[in-house]
Amino acid sequence: MDIIHDDYQVHYDAATATVLCQGSFRLRGTEEYAPILQVLTAAVETHPATLTLDLRTLQFLNSSGINTLAKFVLHARQYTATQVVMKGSHQFPWQEKSLKNFQRLLPRLQLEIE
Amino acid sequence: MRHRRKERPIKRIFGQFIERAIERKDYRGEHLEIGFSPTSIPIQQRWRTNGLSADFLADYLITFFPGDDRAAAERQAELKSAVSYVANELLENAMKFSYTSSQHAISIAMYLEAEAVSLYVTNSIDPHAVAAFQLTIERLLTEDTDTLYMEQLMHNAESDSEEGSSMGYLTMLHDHGATLAWKFAPSLQDPDVVTVTTMARLSV
Repeated sequence: MDIIHDDYQVHYDAATATVLCQGSFRLRGTEEYAPILQVLTAAVETHPATLTLDLRTLQFLNSSGINTLAKFVLHARQYTATQVVMKGSHQFPWQEKSLKNFQRLLPRLQLEIE
Repeated sequence: MRHRRKERPIKRIFGQFIERAIERKDYRGEHLEIGFSPTSIPIQQRWRTNGLSADFLADYLITFFPGDDRAAAERQAELKSAVSYVANELLENAMKFSYTSSQHAISIAMYLEAEAVSLYVTNSIDPHAVAAFQLTIERLLTEDTDTLYMEQLMHNAESDSEEGSSMGYLTMLHDHGATLAWKFAPSLQDPDVVTVTTMARLSV
C-alpha cells in the first residue's frame, strides 16, 4: 500500500498503524488523489486502536489535497473505536493553520504539532 | 438577414481591487511576472509548472526579508508558505478555468510593497462561466469566511466532485489572511475575450 512518486510518497506501516505522507501534494483533483485516499481509508478500515497520520514531512498540500484529507476524516468518523492522531510540524507553517480545521470535522481527532 | 452585433464583455470589479503597483508612477519596488502559453505544452505537463513557479516566487520573495535570528526565520517560513500556497492555487485555478479556445495566455505577477505582497493572476474565462463565477465571488466577499469554509469543507468531504468548490480561495482567506479581489475585463489583444484578474494581497 505504498505510493512512490518523484514529488510525494505515501507509506502505510501496518505494525504501527501509521500512514506517512511526504513531499508535496499538488495533484490535480479528486481523481488523481483517489489512490492516496484509498491508502488512508484502507488503513482506518483495519480498525486500529490508534491510527496515526504523520504529515510532519509533508511540505505542501493544495486545496484538492485539503478536500482529500477532509474526505478521510469524515470517513474515519464512523470508526468510533479508532483514535485518529494527526502529526504536523512547525517547520511548515501551513500545517499549524490548516490542520486544525480537520479537528472541527472530527472533534476526537488528536492534533500534535511539534 | 440583419447582422446582430456581438456583445462585448464589460469591465467589472469585485472587492477592493488595487491596480498593479507598476502602474503607479512612483513605484520602484521588486516585481516579477511569468507568462504561460496555453498551447505550448499539454496541461498535464503544464500542471507541474504551477508548483515550480509558486515555489520560485516564494523563494525569491523571502530574500527581501533577511535576518538570522529565530523571529526572522519564522517570518520567512511563514511568508514562504503563504505565498507558495496562494500562487499555486491561483495558477491551478487559472489552468483549470482558462478558456482554451481563446488562446489567451495566463500570467502571474508578484509585487512587493512596503506593507504587502500582491499577486495577480490573469486568465481568459468561458463567457458562459462568468455569471456563476461572479456569484461565487459575491459569496466569498460577503459571507462569513469561517462559516463558509467549514460548510464547504464538509460539503466537499461528502461529495465526489469538487467542481467550483472554492476551497483554494477559502483557504487563502481563512488560513492565510489574504485579501482577495477580482477584475473582469475584455482582453487587450482580443476585446471579444473575457479575462479575469484575481488579486491576492498578503500583509508582510
